[in-house]
Amino acid sequence: MNRDHLRILLPVLSLGLLLAAVFYLQPRAMSYFGLNLLFNLAVPVALATIAQMMILMVNDIDLSIGTFVSFCACVTATFVQSDPVTGYAMLLGAIAVYAAMGAIIHARGLPAIVVTLGMSFFWSGMAILILPSPGGSAPAWLNAMMKAKPPLVPVAIIAPIVIGLIMHYFIKRSSLGVLLRGVGGNSQAIDRAGWSVLGLKATAYGIAGLFGVLSGMALVGLTTSADANIALRYTLLSIAGVILGGGEFTGGRVSPIGAVIGAMTLTLAASFLSFLHLSSDWQIGAQGAILILVLAVRLVFTRREALA
Amino acid sequence: MKFKMMLLGMIAGTTILASGHAMADTADKRIAFSNNYAGNSWRQAMLQSWDKVTGEAVKTGVVAAADAFTTSENQATEQAAQIQNMILQGYDAIVVDAASPTAINGAVREACDAGITVVSFDGIVTEPCAWRIAVDFRQMGREQIKYLEKRYPDGGNLLEIRGLAGVFVDDEISAGIHEAVKDTKFKIVGSVHGDWAQDVAQKAVAGILPSLPDITAVVTQGGDGYGAARAFAAANRPMPTIIMGNRQDELKWWSEQHAKNGYETTSLSIAPGVSTLAFWVAQQVLDGKEVPKDLTVPFLRVDQDNLEEMLAKTPEGSVANVEYSLEDAQNLIKSAK
Repeated sequence: MNRDHLRILLPVLSLGLLLAAVFYLQPRAMSYFGLNLLFNLAVPVALATIAQMMILMVNDIDLSIGTFVSFCACVTATFVQSDPVTGYAMLLGAIAVYAAMGAIIHARGLPAIVVTLGMSFFWSGMAILILPSPGGSAPAWLNAMMKAKPPLVPVAIIAPIVIGLIMHYFIKRSSLGVLLRGVGGNSQAIDRAGWSVLGLKATAYGIAGLFGVLSGMALVGLTTSADANIALRYTLLSIAGVILGGGEFTGGRVSPIGAVIGAMTLTLAASFLSFLHLSSDWQIGAQGAILILVLAVRLVFTRREALA
Repeated sequence: MKFKMMLLGMIAGTTILASGHAMADTADKRIAFSNNYAGNSWRQAMLQSWDKVTGEAVKTGVVAAADAFTTSENQATEQAAQIQNMILQGYDAIVVDAASPTAINGAVREACDAGITVVSFDGIVTEPCAWRIAVDFRQMGREQIKYLEKRYPDGGNLLEIRGLAGVFVDDEISAGIHEAVKDTKFKIVGSVHGDWAQDVAQKAVAGILPSLPDITAVVTQGGDGYGAARAFAAANRPMPTIIMGNRQDELKWWSEQHAKNGYETTSLSIAPGVSTLAFWVAQQVLDGKEVPKDLTVPFLRVDQDNLEEMLAKTPEGSVANVEYSLEDAQNLIKSAK
């Protein structure tokens, strides 16, 4: 077992443990229908988590992903639905803005935390401009896709697996993935080797933007309409998801499969707590406690790793 | 089979009417309450009313369970997940105060498809399969002007205190006020955002007061009346007629002023006990009654006549409240038909 395997083991174990607990509390969840309900809202969270992972991978952090996903959801529920050409152009433009943001952060040596925090207000304002009051509707194909009932395995399970595997091969196996991780690990080395760190950072941010767009679209497919504040929580959820899934804040150490599992674990943790009939006053705290517990266990793991 | 059930329901319904409570066809039904926020006095009173009335209903066997759940954060995505969990838990009906009128539609649809009755109130949902007990916020604005017109047939200057900018409720109440003002001799000379909070309202009113002519009355949205009064008092301006919003501090101030100098006004808002109305509506739907999908919440109005009585009943820091009974719900349903 190598380091990567160890890194992924913990998220898998915590998800399995939580899932077992949920099944024990609510046997009804142990069905096609139940699994779909438990995990379908994890799909947009997983996509947002991948977006966040791309940014964390290059040693930055994105505090605007929540409002960005909200903005994309608003565009999807309005323009994409009524005027697809403008709608998709806007989404493409948004991805370009993301890539440009990455380039500017690198070129001017700005702290990403400040730039993305500022951008979060920009996205939030744009979302309110597009959709001043909650409404809009999902494009029919999107709704059909998110609500599809393929045989045997529900969409809510297939989608995360597909997302995780694709990103795994991209990040871990493709040469671009290696370079991107290299930017996070040692950007000077990448620079000296003749690669453009600027271009690579813009690429990482662009891919993050793409996944933000996908997350917003998936969310609208599930909720059938949007709201300018629909995904504000995703900022923190996505960071927690990456870290829970074995990623780290620095050094280009991330795990796409772990991140997806982390997102699913976080979603499941909330369900678990509500199945416990835990009073809402305690739920935030309990959610935090689960997070701390998992991270504490991970610390033990990594200590071992370092000693070995 | 369905007909038989309906017949049973009708018989059970008449039994309820006859005996006042219990023995309903809904005795084995479980109702869940999905609440998105519990962080202010109104919501706290709402949850307390729910506990009180449904606790009684469970004890007397009207329903098997009526559990309340509040999301840990006021977010639509969390509430959607919460509703999906309720579907899994096998509840027969879900009463919901929604974080967004549209963003939880997917989950609501999911619940309807699973054969669950969904009743939304206060924060309603637009999904057609759900029942809606909506507040007519425009009417709330119009009622204020109606009262003021009676008090001041010759009109006068109005100061408008609005709620939180960009929120649907704020737009609606304000639209109602402006709509009604058009046909009167009143003139709105100033408008500030009080965010439905006394301290914010006080600051906002204090800021705009120096630039305003004499104010006859202040139209409000609730939660801001006391702050406005303090701002006027601090600026040594004559006290206008401030429409109140049923908060305890507002009613108390009004009562004190009345004792001192015969101050009179009116106060209206939605009683937090509207959650119990939603409970009974859900129970009626489960009972097989035909209930129109759109119902309107009655206002709870406090006037000079019942001021002392309501004030005595309202705990400090809370808001005037009534709990609704099964008969109230039945009357509401009847009046909507």
